[in-house]
Amino acid sequence: MSILVGKNTRLVVQGITGREGAFHTKQMIDYGTPVVGGVTPGKGGEWAFGNVPVFDTVRDAVAATGANTSVIFVPARFAADAIIEAADAGIELVVCITEGIPVMDMVQVRAFLDTTHTRLIGPNCPGLITPGEAKVGIIPGHIMTKGNVGLVSRSGTLTYEVVYALTARGIGQTTAVGIGGDPINGTSFLDVLQMFEQDPETEQVILIGEIGGTDEQKAAEYIAHKMTKPVTGFIAGQTAPPGRRMGHAGAIISGGEGTAAEKIAALTHAGAKVARHPDEIADLVASNMK
Amino acid sequence: MNLHEYQSKRIFGRFGIPVPSGEVATTPGEVRDIAVRLGGPVVVKSQVLVGGRGKAGGIKLAKTPDEAEQRADAILGMTIKGLTVKKVLVDPAADIRKEIYLGAVLDRSSRRVILMASSEGGVDIEEVAAKTPDKIVKVAAHPFLGLKPHQARYLADGIGLPKDLTNDFIKIAQNLYQVFVNNDASLAEINPLVITGENKLMALDGKISVDDNALYRHPELVELRDPDEEDASEREAHRYGLSYIHLDGEIGCMVNGAGLAMATMDIVKLYGGEPANFLDIGGGAQSDKVAAALRIILSDSRVKAVLINIFGGITRCDEVARGVLDAIGSLDVRVPFVVRLVGTNEEEGRRILAEANLITATSLADAAQKAVAAAKGELQ
Repeated sequence: MSILVGKNTRLVVQGITGREGAFHTKQMIDYGTPVVGGVTPGKGGEWAFGNVPVFDTVRDAVAATGANTSVIFVPARFAADAIIEAADAGIELVVCITEGIPVMDMVQVRAFLDTTHTRLIGPNCPGLITPGEAKVGIIPGHIMTKGNVGLVSRSGTLTYEVVYALTARGIGQTTAVGIGGDPINGTSFLDVLQMFEQDPETEQVILIGEIGGTDEQKAAEYIAHKMTKPVTGFIAGQTAPPGRRMGHAGAIISGGEGTAAEKIAALTHAGAKVARHPDEIADLVASNMK
Repeated sequence: MNLHEYQSKRIFGRFGIPVPSGEVATTPGEVRDIAVRLGGPVVVKSQVLVGGRGKAGGIKLAKTPDEAEQRADAILGMTIKGLTVKKVLVDPAADIRKEIYLGAVLDRSSRRVILMASSEGGVDIEEVAAKTPDKIVKVAAHPFLGLKPHQARYLADGIGLPKDLTNDFIKIAQNLYQVFVNNDASLAEINPLVITGENKLMALDGKISVDDNALYRHPELVELRDPDEEDASEREAHRYGLSYIHLDGEIGCMVNGAGLAMATMDIVKLYGGEPANFLDIGGGAQSDKVAAALRIILSDSRVKAVLINIFGGITRCDEVARGVLDAIGSLDVRVPFVVRLVGTNEEEGRRILAEANLITATSLADAAQKAVAAAKGELQ
């Protein structure tokens, strides 16, 4: 088992003929992900990578291929519409890699999605991967190993670091989910923790958060009261100055809210083990396995 | 991107929010001319993008044009929190009966734009929120409906606004919401919104922050950017698509990925150092970006050591190592470098760097400790 993506994923790539889209589609196909189609407006009828049909719209792609998942690589100014288009076409899971979408666009997108059955992961995220089954996004596939640790993170390369360290120690993963670094996103830590809690294969979970917002604190409430599986946490940005955006649009301490200290305190209080630095995460996970 | 008070108030005025009929000047002589035109007492207000201008002596009342000129002479050129005052706004002095607060801000938790009002205006709203949160009333605007009149009425009632001003207040609140949405703001606040001696509402001071990601669709706002208000090295980094924030420490950090970059700063501090910057070169770590990043880091004379921490996922570590060496070769480097490359082809990457006599590290903890030691001159 796994969460969100796996053997039943039928993936359509929005922006398949762009530079980023094409590069990462190749990586996803090589990993064994069932890429059933792509979308680039104006290029419908063409083929990508020899055998992947390209469509003008997501609706056409779904009708022709039965796609249930989409991944978005289109430029930021077109990305909000791309998400809505995917939801309109009935896609169940939309993964938006694009960084730099205006936040007011995301306010509208999220309000619209809340009226549909579509789940959005991201934007501004590396996507997600279930080792050996499906890679949807840009997480390097070869660093993953099949196993029993679930991982959810706001950061891309920090996720890769941790997965790499786990794999090096022979600790495998069920699914790694990058929820993205934007202030308004589709899926929260809490959402993913609930899925890992339900997933029989997942035995413990790693949560990698950062400064800004209160998503980690909401996750901590769930960990304290509902979660039965051990959680190891890490929060980046303890030295970040307030009022400055640390790369991610959502990584900002504003109005004294969203500091690393308050998130670490909330997680610790909830019973999670919190690593002081990324190297310690794999140690803490290993200590839960005895 | 933050707008100056005068820029924000011009936008408010265009959206139908009453503002003072002030003008901007860069010399004491111009200030005098404006004061003559306005007639009566004026306020001379420094235009710099920091809070606490009043406390720093950057806002002064003047009863006559002569006094306005003198005040402007003192304010122009003064330094407030590191920024030199180059412009002043000259507003007619208002007859203030009551100061209130009205602001629009994105609330991440509810994913809505919320309007906040308080009977405590003219002071830092964050302080009000911390000390007397019951003095702040909030309503959330639905993205598809906007701010409805009854919501604005809740605000007016909540702060005990005199009933005869309610309808004007509702218009101002709805217009402020439009300012927020139409300018892709992340903050639009009127502080204070005053009740004048003539029983009118007027936006005496204000602030708008704009979402940088939305600037592509607001060329008119991009033109308002004040280059003097930004750190030169941060501006340079922006040109290369690098995310860089200048800090006060001695260990320069170059990292790929925002989360990893923050974690790297944190671990430097954990081992007794101070990071000189936040720097995310992005996922791919291309050599031109690496070179630009190192040039910016090394332009900070306080930097005593550089810590490079790259995770090579799809970009292989040997490619990154060659990129780093090319960049170092093109620069005048006088400080030690500690490099940690992890991921695909890491052994090959480390071998390339070791041959070039750079200090290499395997774990993040090891890298941070070596960088701290190198900055103290304990490691060469």
